This record gives sequence, structure tokens and C-alpha cells, in this order.
Amino acid sequence: MIIATVEALADARKEAREKLKSRLRVLVCTGTGCVANGSLKVLERFKELMGNEAVSADSHDETGIRLAHTGCHGFCEHGPLVKIEGMNIIYMKVHPEDVDEIVDRTINNGEIIERLLYRDPSDNSLFKSEEEIPFYAKQKRTSLKNCGNINPDNIEEYIARDGYAALARALSEMTPDEIISEITSSGLRGRGGGGFPTGIKWGFVKKASGEKKYVIVNGDEGDPGAFMDRSLLEGDPNAVIEGMAIAAYAIGADEGYLYIRAEYPLAVERTRTAIGQALEYGLLGENILGTNFNFKVRIKEGAGAFVCGEETALIASIEGHRGMPKSKPPFPANEGLFGKPTLINNVETFGNVPSILRKGAEWFASMGTENSKGTKTFALTGQVNNTGLIEVPMGTTLREIIFEIGGGIRNNKKFKAVQIGGPSGGCLTEEHLDLPLDYESLKQVGAMIGSGGLVVMDEETCIVDMARFFMNFTQNESCGKCVLCREGTRRMLEILEKITSGLGTREDIDTLAELSVAVQDGSLCGLGKTAPNPVISSMKYFMEEYIEHVEEHKCRAGVCQAFKKFEVEPLECKGCGKCARICPAGAISGKPKEPYVIDQESCVRCGACVAGCPFQAIKEVS
Amino acid sequence: MPSMIINGHEVEFTDEKNILDVCRKAGFDLPTLCYQDHLSPFGACRMCVVDAGKRGLLTSCSVPPENGLEIQTSTERTRRVRKMSLELMLAAHDRECLTCPKSGTCKLQDYAERFGVDSVRFISRNKDKKEIDDHNPSIVRDPNKCILCGNCVRVCFEHQGLHILDFSKRGSNVEVGPAFGKMLNDVECIFCGQCATVCPTGAITVRPEFENVFDALYSGDKKVIFQVAPAVRVGLGELFGMKPGRNVEGKIVSALRKMGAYKVFDTNFAADLTIMEEATEFLKRLDEGKNLPLFTSCCPSWIKTAEQSYPELLPNLSSCRSPQRMFGSVAKKYFTKEEGLKPEDVFVVSVMPCSAKKFEAQREEFTTDGVRDVDAVITTNELARMIRSFGLDFLELPDEDWDSPLGESTGAAVIFGATGGVAEAALRTAYKKMTGRELENQVWKPAAPGESVREAEVDIDGTVVRIATVNGLAAARRLIDEIRRGEKEFHLVEIMACPAGCVGGAGQRANDSLELRAQRAKGLSDIDSNKTVRQSHNNESVLELYKTYLSEPNSAEAHHSLHTGYSSRRRIEEDIELSEVAEPGICVEVCVGTNCFQKGAYDTMKKLNGVLRAEGLLDVVDIKATFCFEKCGQSPNIAVNGKVIGNATCDRIQEIFDSEISPLLKTGSLNK
Repeated sequence: MIIATVEALADARKEAREKLKSRLRVLVCTGTGCVANGSLKVLERFKELMGNEAVSADSHDETGIRLAHTGCHGFCEHGPLVKIEGMNIIYMKVHPEDVDEIVDRTINNGEIIERLLYRDPSDNSLFKSEEEIPFYAKQKRTSLKNCGNINPDNIEEYIARDGYAALARALSEMTPDEIISEITSSGLRGRGGGGFPTGIKWGFVKKASGEKKYVIVNGDEGDPGAFMDRSLLEGDPNAVIEGMAIAAYAIGADEGYLYIRAEYPLAVERTRTAIGQALEYGLLGENILGTNFNFKVRIKEGAGAFVCGEETALIASIEGHRGMPKSKPPFPANEGLFGKPTLINNVETFGNVPSILRKGAEWFASMGTENSKGTKTFALTGQVNNTGLIEVPMGTTLREIIFEIGGGIRNNKKFKAVQIGGPSGGCLTEEHLDLPLDYESLKQVGAMIGSGGLVVMDEETCIVDMARFFMNFTQNESCGKCVLCREGTRRMLEILEKITSGLGTREDIDTLAELSVAVQDGSLCGLGKTAPNPVISSMKYFMEEYIEHVEEHKCRAGVCQAFKKFEVEPLECKGCGKCARICPAGAISGKPKEPYVIDQESCVRCGACVAGCPFQAIKEVS
Repeated sequence: MPSMIINGHEVEFTDEKNILDVCRKAGFDLPTLCYQDHLSPFGACRMCVVDAGKRGLLTSCSVPPENGLEIQTSTERTRRVRKMSLELMLAAHDRECLTCPKSGTCKLQDYAERFGVDSVRFISRNKDKKEIDDHNPSIVRDPNKCILCGNCVRVCFEHQGLHILDFSKRGSNVEVGPAFGKMLNDVECIFCGQCATVCPTGAITVRPEFENVFDALYSGDKKVIFQVAPAVRVGLGELFGMKPGRNVEGKIVSALRKMGAYKVFDTNFAADLTIMEEATEFLKRLDEGKNLPLFTSCCPSWIKTAEQSYPELLPNLSSCRSPQRMFGSVAKKYFTKEEGLKPEDVFVVSVMPCSAKKFEAQREEFTTDGVRDVDAVITTNELARMIRSFGLDFLELPDEDWDSPLGESTGAAVIFGATGGVAEAALRTAYKKMTGRELENQVWKPAAPGESVREAEVDIDGTVVRIATVNGLAAARRLIDEIRRGEKEFHLVEIMACPAGCVGGAGQRANDSLELRAQRAKGLSDIDSNKTVRQSHNNESVLELYKTYLSEPNSAEAHHSLHTGYSSRRRIEEDIELSEVAEPGICVEVCVGTNCFQKGAYDTMKKLNGVLRAEGLLDVVDIKATFCFEKCGQSPNIAVNGKVIGNATCDRIQEIFDSEISPLLKTGSLNK
């Protein structure tokens, strides 16, 4: 069915709404997290009990109950999630064997199953609906509004929720310049990390000379622990496609690419389905909505290189070359894909575009801070009670995110630091808890929003080891083109490994600092320029820990194995010899019924003896 | 005029393509390792960074000049970045500098000294040495000295249209080399050596042979005969600090005699002989209208390219041996007779501006009556080393004349050393043969730096001859494509692999520039202009050779001694014909990723195609080449409608067809 005009789209929307009307909707999350927790089996059981899922897409059934699978709700660690719309219930950690009970008690009899509700870990209080749960209460889900609430594989659900209305408005009521000025005045900035004003970027590409232009969606999300783009593509792919089409119309492009990591098979599959349906409905392809705007999109699966998130490397990758960045200028806006002017924005940036055109720039600009407008998604992970995908207005403080949405530090430990922006970001400490999260404030303290990774660390995290972890990541992911990134990150990693294994010196710390500055200042692309950030920021706020490692041979968090020392308490040791038998290094010796001794030279500090001693006679001493 | 502020000075700029050029014009040189004026900017070495204050450090080799831009070329920041980059490169570099062929001419060595990198704080990464590739006659590649500047990768692709070298792996494990870790001899390297020319360190060098020459000179039982190629005489002087392009042939003759040469001859003699043969061959083809355009055959890298990529064009190649080969053949077969020697008594040494001539000399075809035509090939650089090691003061050497008779040559021969020269020389003789008059206006002029294709039309008494001259094989490939598509038509096409021609060969000074090459070409052009005899057919010694031994050009004797034939070197002989299937019922994907390819995926595909053809299913089953199913342990892999099947070797295809594809045909999944 081709929707040939703007009016026909409005009709299609009415029709879809009518068709999808229901008394109750059972929404089973099939985002990657919930699928990993077994949600497909849950869905399967619901289908068996309620009839085929296809019911949900057909005309009314007698009972007015529908079943649909959805994308991610963000609260993945509590998955599989099942939401019952119409009763305002969300169940967590639902197992296939719970489904019969849900159908029987909740759906048929309106009862609530307390066991499946969210329970606050601090006070055991129960929460029935999503909005009440502290994790969600402080959030403002705008770009994620459809995620978890619609079936991403059914374009009608998207259309029913005002989908493609923004594209219709763009094509029928606005000139390309008006669109660009609307985006500019909304204050939307690049969500991939750079924070460049989106409207201005669009303007550059529009102004660039050349008949042929391209739009690229950067979905090569590679930060460890980050999954904002994945969730959006899995949960609401049409929003990204619509945003892309609007951009294409605004800049004068007729072809686009969605560059998605191959490690996101579900995102690729759902996006492919969405493209197919959009083509079927005439919302992509030729003469879209009866205008002379044509737009063709393709998916390009990334082959697993972190550096391909860098725009010039990404372009090289699409062109079939090795993903290596080029020095800028020329910028992609002038010489991008196949040498043509190219607009390249992040998934989330495009995802925000339809709402801005639908609700207006002022609406978007009403959220956030002076220079950072709108909302931002973050992947909240680490030592917090609630981890998951969140969306908050720009300017929300770390305290609100960690202690309200995140529910505080796990096991009542002390907050130590948070690594923001992934391996390219920096770490922030207690003193920054009340810092509003926006592009400028973070830059001032040596961190960046990046694509939105937030790793919370407690007192049991060694800051030097954290820096080593991220440096290991960037060194492995360096494309190897420029000297400072290729060799510099390797040497930084070497030094960090030396420090964490107890062999570091004061000179090493000085060399590390010197390298950090050179690599940051002199690298070719963003990967190298930001690679030293975890080291620079951790040295800035936790220098005493670095010094402790090299001078006092001490790791206060107790993480670095090299500083651990195990000793046998002679009075407690019964001389059973078990420790000597389990020691993998053969470092323990002694005579039966006499206290055993650990040879510190040969000890590999694995701690197996501590765990294995039946008399708790072996202790870790510092 | 727009201008920039460089170190406080206002500097105007016009068409400079980057900040680096403007800085150099203003007298502020910047170090560069990965920048070459004739390659695309790369920005990897970080040496050329300039300080633009708040805008940070700019990569001057890739950023175009901007009006009003204010930069400093040397500040604390730039120095820190340069020094640290150098220290990091040295830490990963094989620092056996004293025994490195590039010692003294290595840019990394020079910069390390210049910037005072007097110690390296990091652990050497050169404990586990990577294998050195010296398994071919022309080029030695030592990955332990590679600083990954990418110059070789780009010159191979951008100028030669090949991709012999490329980057592989990630992070600090990145390396440059041929695909699948192969050796240059096992891939389609044409040995032009441009990679060595642009290599700033000793990672890629031309394989030296001058020890063999000294051995022959010292042995006493061999008479050592030298031939010197045209481009050498305008390239050697530079290596002794002389003006580029200066003709030093007199000093070369003198130096070689002092070192014990029996005779010092000129390859130019053979160039004149080549023209006698080639012009005759050309006129015959023109007359018969067969095998046109005629492609020149002097350049061994072009010949190898034609054998590998264009076997169907081999009949269009001139059958003339290259001048080096003709010289060898004449010296061993006829000159020895004149001297009362046997061919095995003489040792023929070529002095060439070229690395591929070493490969050429070792080709099987390079023998006459079972005797090798040339025994050793040394380069301009090697000759300079020999002169220095022999203790000769080159600048003070007297000018001496070539030996007779293989030392006589004309202006037509000397221009063989630069792009366009061979075509011009052939035209001069062809014109005379067609009209009986000498060609008065010179068609050929030295090419401008970077000019890779030139076309000309000459009216010879009503016969219009269309000529193209090309340097750089990437440009040659484009031209050949145009000819094959019928967009262009020529009678004669001259191809030289190296940018600017032989004057820019890999035997000449490394890390040169297009400007330097143009000066050398100008040097050759000047020699031609100053010659009294400028046409090959007026070379008295050549005419004498015909009278005594060869009777006339293209005679049977001439064919035996001066001509040759080539055969295809294509590794994959037949193309697989894949039909486009509009609505495939079954899709078979064949992985051609690294592992599967190496384990025979290509044969699998061929076999599959054959089986389907035999079954008449080519319009039902779609065969696709694809990449990595990530099951490399069981490669080669194929997938039938998405189902991955491992160990799909050529001999299992029939079995897989029977068990996996046939059932699908029967169950009617065709109709889906």
C-alpha cells in the first residue's frame, strides 16, 4: 500500500489507530537484554495462551486484548519485562512459567502478582507501574518514548503514534532552509559525542556544492557498556529513518546509509524490516508522499572496528577501504562519501528530529540548559543499584542520576568516581556530583558526554586499573595510522601495566603524563586525541593513588594483585597441607602438623589458598 | 592576494595546496615523513604539525592555506609532539642503523639527530624480528624498519593502480605488506620500486648487486663490460651534490675505467638499435592495420603488468627486446666475435635507474643461444656507492669518451630516459622511412611535473598517426580502458611505469620530488638538442652492425637476437561467468574471506558454477561471493539459503549439491 499524499497519511493514521485499539495490551520486551534473559520464550508462551501474535495487528478481537513484542525499556537487568498497558502494570524478571499465572490472574481477573513487581532494594517497597519506579520517575523519555511501547516490526504502530507526520510536514509545509533553521533554533547538538550544532552541520552540507549528496546514520556504537543507539534502532527504527529522510530533504540528498555494527544483529534486522515497510508504504523510495522527493537507504554493517565510529573512517569503511580516519579538512560536509558532500549524524540525533519538527523547536529548547538543549540518553552501568538505559534532560546532575535514578551505590559502598563518555571520556568524582551534565560543563572538567556511557565506580575500584582497562581498549582499537595513537597508547598501556603490577616508578608517572599530553595534542583523529582522557582525568583527581602504587606498593582498592600479600597465621594453622596441594605456583611448603609457610617470591597472589583453607588460617595482609 | 601569518611574517599564497607548501615557500622547512608531493596527503607521521594557537595543532600537509590564518612552525607544543613521535617511532624501529642500506640517507635518522632524540625510554619492540622479504631480484622489504607512513601503500595504488602493499592488523600490531603475509615474489608486484623511492627509512630498498660486480672486476678471468642507461647520466651527479639534471656521462666513463672496466659502452647504442627495429615493426603494422596500437616494450614493469593483467594485449606489444636486453645480446654475440672472445669470457653489467631491470635481467627469456645476456644490474645509487668505496673523488674526475663501437649514440636514444622519449625517437625514424625526409619539428617536449598522459597527432604526408605517451601504470590502465571501450584510438602507445619515466626510477636518488625528476628530464632533452646526430637511423655504428651481422631491421637474424615474446602470467585464467538471477529460488553464498580464499574458495565457486551449469540451474540458483561467516576453522564455508556448510572444498561440492541443494529444489521452496 503506497501512501501517496499527505492526506492519505492522515487517513492511514486514523485507520491504524482504529485497527490497533484495544482494552489491554501485553507488551513483551524483546530488546537484546531481555532476549538474552529469555523473553522470546515468554513471548512464545503468551502466544500459545492468547492466540497468535498476529491478532494484535488484525482487526478487533472479541476481548480487546492484544499482544506485541517491543524494543528495550532500558531496565534490562530486571528483564524479561512484561508491560500490561491498560492496567498500568509492569512485571519484571518474568519467566515462561509465570506466563500462565499472568494470563490467569492478571489478564483474566485483574489481580496483581506482587512477586513479579519491582521491589526497591533499599526498603523492599513494591511498585506497580513504570512511572512510579524511581528508575523511571526522574527520567524524561522523549527520544525513547516509543521504545518498549510499540512493536518495532510494525510500521502501523509507528504511524498510529504520529509517525511520519514530521516528514509530511517537512515535505508539504517547509522549505529546506526552514527545516534547517528549525533544527538550528531547537539547539539540537550531535549526540555521538562531539556536540556540534546539528542545524549548522546540515546548513554546511546544504551549502556544499555538488548535485549528489549523501546522508549517513552513524550507528557504530562501540563504547564498552554503551547501548543507546542499539536500543533506539531495536525499539523504534522508524524514528531514525524518518529523521534521516527529513535531513535528506533538507540538504538535498537522495541516498543514505545506515552504518550499524554487525554485532547488533537485532538492530540490523529490525531496521531492515522498517526500511522494507517504509518502502512498501512509499515513505521511502521515489516521489515520497506525492512530492518529487526521492530517498533510498541502505544498511551497511560495520565489521567490528571501534574507530569506524569516527566519521571519516566510517566513510572509508562504506567505500570498501580499511577504516582509517583522514585528517580534516576537508570535512565530510564538503568531501565525504565517494567524494560527495555528506551529512553524518548519530542515531540518537536523527531520532530526535521528528519530534522537533512535530512539536516545534521551542518545545525541544524548553528542555535542558542554556547551551545544551533537549534530553540525552545514557547507559548507566557499574556499581549502582539500578543499571540500564536512561534518558534525562540535559543539565541533570550526576547526583540525580546516580542516587535517584540509579538508586545509589550497591551494597551501601561509598561512591568513588564515575567514568563518563566511555574510553574517550574522563572520570569525575564526588566534587562533581552536582555538576549539570551538559556539553560545556563536562568539557570544563576534562570529561565529555561522549555517546553517553556512565560507569559508576565505588571504593573497591582501583583508579589506575580503571585507566589501564580503558587504555587497553583504545590501544587495541587504534587503527594504527598515526604514530602518537598507535605507539603512544601502547606505551601508556605498558606503563599502566607496570604500575598495576607493582613495578612502576615516579619516572614512569612523569613519562605517562608527558605521553598523555603529546597523544592528546598531536593525534590525527578523535580516537587518539581523547584516548588519554581517562589517564589525564584520573591523574588529576586521584594522583595520590598513582603515587601510592609506585612508592608505597599499595593498592587501596585491593584490586591490583601484585600488592596483595598472603600469610599463614602460625597459631591457626593445623598443618593439614591442603593449601600446599592447591597452590598453583607451588609456593606453600611445610611439614604435616606444623605451620605452613608461603614463599612470597613464588606466590602469584591468586588467593586460592585463602579460599581453600578449612581453618581460615591464611590471611591477606597489606 | 590572500595571505597567512607564519611565525609573525605575512606570507602571501596563491595556488599552494597546503600550509606546508606555504611555509616552505616562506623559508620555514617542516619535517615530513609521510608526505610526498605526488601522493595524496596522509597526515600520519605528525611531524609537520604547526601551532595554530586556539585551533590546536594543524596537520600542515593536509590542511589548505586560509586567508588570515596565524601559525607558528616551531613552538613548545610542536616540538613536544615531534620529539615524542620520533621517540615512539624509534622505540618500534630496528635501530641497527650502521648496517642499514639507508644509513646516511634515512629521514628518520636525520630527524632523530636534528631534534635531539638522544635516548629512547621505551622497551624495544624489535626483539622478535619479522621475516625480511628478499626473495625477488629487485626489492628488499624489511618490516622491522617500517614506520607505517603509508607512502608505499599510496604510491602503489595511486600511481601504479596496484594494491600490492596495504595495512593489516590493529593498534600497535599494524603492519604493511602484501595480502595474506605473502612475499612480493608471490604477488603481482611489478618491481618498479616506487615504494622504495618513497620509503623514508630502510624498510623498502632496492636489492644491491654491486658486490657481484666487484667480484667480477677482481676475478681477473672475466672481461667486465658496462652499459649505462640514459637516465643514469642525469641522476648520478645529484648524489655527489651536483645540480640535478647535469649530464655526468664523461665522469661515469672515467670512473668505470678507473675501477677496471674492460669497455664502457652506452645503452643508448642499443636504444638506437631498438628504434631501428621498432620503427620498422610499427610501419609494418601500420601498413597491415594489424595489432594496433603498438605498445612499447622497453619498461619491464609495464611488460609484467601486461602479462598479468592484459594477456589479450600481448600481440600488441612490440616484440623488440628492451635496450638493456638488446645491448646484452649484441655484446655477447657480436662484440665478442669482433674481439675474438667467447661469450662466457665477458661479464656484462648494466647501470640502470631502475629496480625492475634487475628482474628483467633474470627472466628466462633473457638469454641468447643459452647465454645470459646481462650478468649483473646495478642502479645509479649503487654506482655512487662503488665510486665512493673505490675512493674516487667524483667531482674531480676528468670527462672521458665512451668506448667504440657500442658507445656511439644519437639524440633519439638519450631521450628514452624520460616519458615521451621512446615515441619521439620512433617517430623520427618512421617519418624518415615514410617520407624520405627528416622530421623537422620535435613533437616531444619534456612533460610538466605530474603530467601523466599526453596525446599527439602527427600528419605524415597525409597519414595521420595518433600517439599517446603515459607514465604511471594507473594512468596507463585508465588509457587502456578507454581504448578498449573504443573511446580513444591510437597507433602507438608508449608506457613507462615510473612517474616522469626512467628519470624517476627506483635506482635514482630516493625521496626525490616530481620537480627533481623534471629537471633530470630537461637534462636529457638538452643532451638531445645539443647532439649533431639526432635520429637513430643515422647512427653509423648501428648501420655498421646491420651491414656486418644483422642485414636489415626485422631480418631473421635480427629477430633471433633482438626480439622476444611474452606469455600470460594471469594466475586465474578463466573468469567465472555468474549469471544474474532475477528472483533466485535458492541463494548460495561462497565466502571469499581471507581464510576461505586461501583454502580454495575460488575453486569451490568455480566447481559450484560448473555443477549448476551441468544441471541447468544457473537461472534458478544465485551464487554470491560474500565475506566471513566467522567459522574460519572449517573454511572454506558456503551458505545455502543461509545455512552455513563448512569444509566446502572443491571435491565436496557435488556431495553438497546432492545433500543440501537438490532437496530444496524438490520441496518446492523455489516458489517462495
